[in-house]
Amino acid sequence: MEITNYLVLAAILFAIGCATVLLRRSAIIVFMGIELMLNATNLAFVTFARMHGDLSGQVIAFFVMVVAAAEVVVGLAIIVAIFRTRKSASVDDVNLLKG
Amino acid sequence: MTPAFIEPVVDWFYLVPLLVVLGAGVVGVLIEAFVPDRVRRDVQLWLALAALAGGLVAVVLQWDDINGAIADQSVVQVLGGSLVLTPATLLIQGALLVIATLALIVIADRSSGNDAFAPTAAAIPGSDYEEIARRRGLVQTEVFPLFLFSVGGMLLFPAAGDLLTMFIALEVLSFPLYVLSGMARHRRLLSQEASLKYFLLGAFSSALFLFGMALVYGFAGTLELRFIANAIITGTGLEGMDMVLVTGLVLMIAGLLFKVGAVPFHQWTPDVYAGAPTPITGFMAACTKMAAFGAVLRVVYWTVPFTGKEIFDAFTAGMWTIAIATMVLGSVVAVVQHDIKRVLAYSSIAHAGFILVGVTALSYEAIPATIFYLGAYGLATVGAFAIVHLVRETSTVHGDDALILGEATHLSQWAGLARRSPWLAGAFTLFLLSFAGIPLTAGFIGKFTVFSAAVAAGDWPLALVGVLASAVAVFFYVRIVVLMYFVAPADEAAARTTTDTPAVDATDGSAPEHWDTPEAGVGLRLATAPARAAAGVQVLRGGAGIRVVVALCALGTIALGVFPGPVLDLVAEATKFIP
Repeated sequence: MEITNYLVLAAILFAIGCATVLLRRSAIIVFMGIELMLNATNLAFVTFARMHGDLSGQVIAFFVMVVAAAEVVVGLAIIVAIFRTRKSASVDDVNLLKG
Repeated sequence: MTPAFIEPVVDWFYLVPLLVVLGAGVVGVLIEAFVPDRVRRDVQLWLALAALAGGLVAVVLQWDDINGAIADQSVVQVLGGSLVLTPATLLIQGALLVIATLALIVIADRSSGNDAFAPTAAAIPGSDYEEIARRRGLVQTEVFPLFLFSVGGMLLFPAAGDLLTMFIALEVLSFPLYVLSGMARHRRLLSQEASLKYFLLGAFSSALFLFGMALVYGFAGTLELRFIANAIITGTGLEGMDMVLVTGLVLMIAGLLFKVGAVPFHQWTPDVYAGAPTPITGFMAACTKMAAFGAVLRVVYWTVPFTGKEIFDAFTAGMWTIAIATMVLGSVVAVVQHDIKRVLAYSSIAHAGFILVGVTALSYEAIPATIFYLGAYGLATVGAFAIVHLVRETSTVHGDDALILGEATHLSQWAGLARRSPWLAGAFTLFLLSFAGIPLTAGFIGKFTVFSAAVAAGDWPLALVGVLASAVAVFFYVRIVVLMYFVAPADEAAARTTTDTPAVDATDGSAPEHWDTPEAGVGLRLATAPARAAAGVQVLRGGAGIRVVVALCALGTIALGVFPGPVLDLVAEATKFIP
């Protein structure tokens, strides 16, 4: 199979993640969109590593997984704190700051 | 046969600043767990101060080595090129450590009797649990390790020599800030909201940055910036895949511009600056901007000048658009704000635009100008937010036993500040004048050098827009000065006009009568229009630490404005090669 297909898939997944972040209301779903973007990037890295015969792209994938895990810790803590306060995780309800 | 193991070379000497700061952060986590309650806060604070001072000493000690390497036409590479240290990097790191130290003292300030941070940030605001924690006088000291981790990431960010290190640095500096901005003691709902907004948009932007990285890696087949530059120059990247490179660079720069708050990636700035605890806002505004612009300089100067003419022109056009939009939007929208923290946030957006003018010039005169501007802006910002931190709301209008609440951020509450506290008002005026770029302040020299570098590079329309935007900005800075000096304090005026009703009611809801007096012009009435239902305002005297910080920031602002020569020479000397 043509290796560039993986790149196309990565780009599509990234676009879906992007759209999810920009369009969905629930903070959790938005967060999942961000995770999807990160994983699409991983796929792109691994594919490029294969194309160039270079290992560093694969190494990055591991780093990105670790960063994504750390992001889950921070992000879920913040979202849970907001949810317990307001009984809602909708990003439309966080509207006290404006002007 | 197994391949021979090659031991990696580690130049520990060059890693000392990072190791000291991040190591102190790790130790701080242990202190949080093991050191008894009574002394924990002091231990954390002194450890953090010592770490920053140690880092600064290490940076100074490295200065000669790094300059020597530059004189030999080479750069110092640490860990096989993961870190590339140039004099410009060291300069940014040194300035960062100085400003972070000032910010740390403001963060540790307890002038109101309490920290600026919630006793238990995880508790539901208004819950019994929180009330118990407050009554017991619980103190949260996680802020110090979090602060140190963030500073560590900021030190690494402009020093990164490959994209992976840059990404990790970006995340290490961002994550603690997401948490810190949600920990305010007062107005906790706003603080949590700021945290959520910052987190979601920040994570989104780092995902963009990462995908850009992947595309650049795909083009060049390497992560190290110098080899990427090579691949661009020699055309050894993927054939016919220039679009991959361009898209990658655009996404990376978008991710970085998000961190500096440039239009169209600025939406988070006012909300997060307003919601986060004020000392953290000051730290974030000054230091993140410095670190992120360091990284922007590195990415842009190491890649863009080597691209073909077509790409280069497109890039310049894009940066022009962003710089102009950022300057204009920041300056114009700040005019209609009612909240001091939001005014400062929009002013920070405008400043990001001015600094981008320097970045866009892409000349070697522009690098020192940009770095000088960042330093001047950082000093004034930390000082200004320290003063915002001291102007507080109280539970009742008069009386000495009034409870001290959160910051009085509405502009109407700043009326007559000079009468309450002449020194603070004077210092705040100085910082505003520096923001505005009035001569004899550091801000003027910063703007002057940046704009003259832009003109020298042929970007005179950009400099012209910059000067016009500064003129608009002067309007709202001077408006605050007028408000502080020539308008009576709201509660005083209310007490004068209404004799039998309490002043609290007078300031609640409808506008008190004194706003219609001739002394309050149109601009002032705009500034003070919808008052928040507020009680009295009290300007805290402030502990020794925060007063020293404000004084140092003010002195620095004047010194850099009156005698900029030595510092400008130093910066120019350091950055004549590469960022």
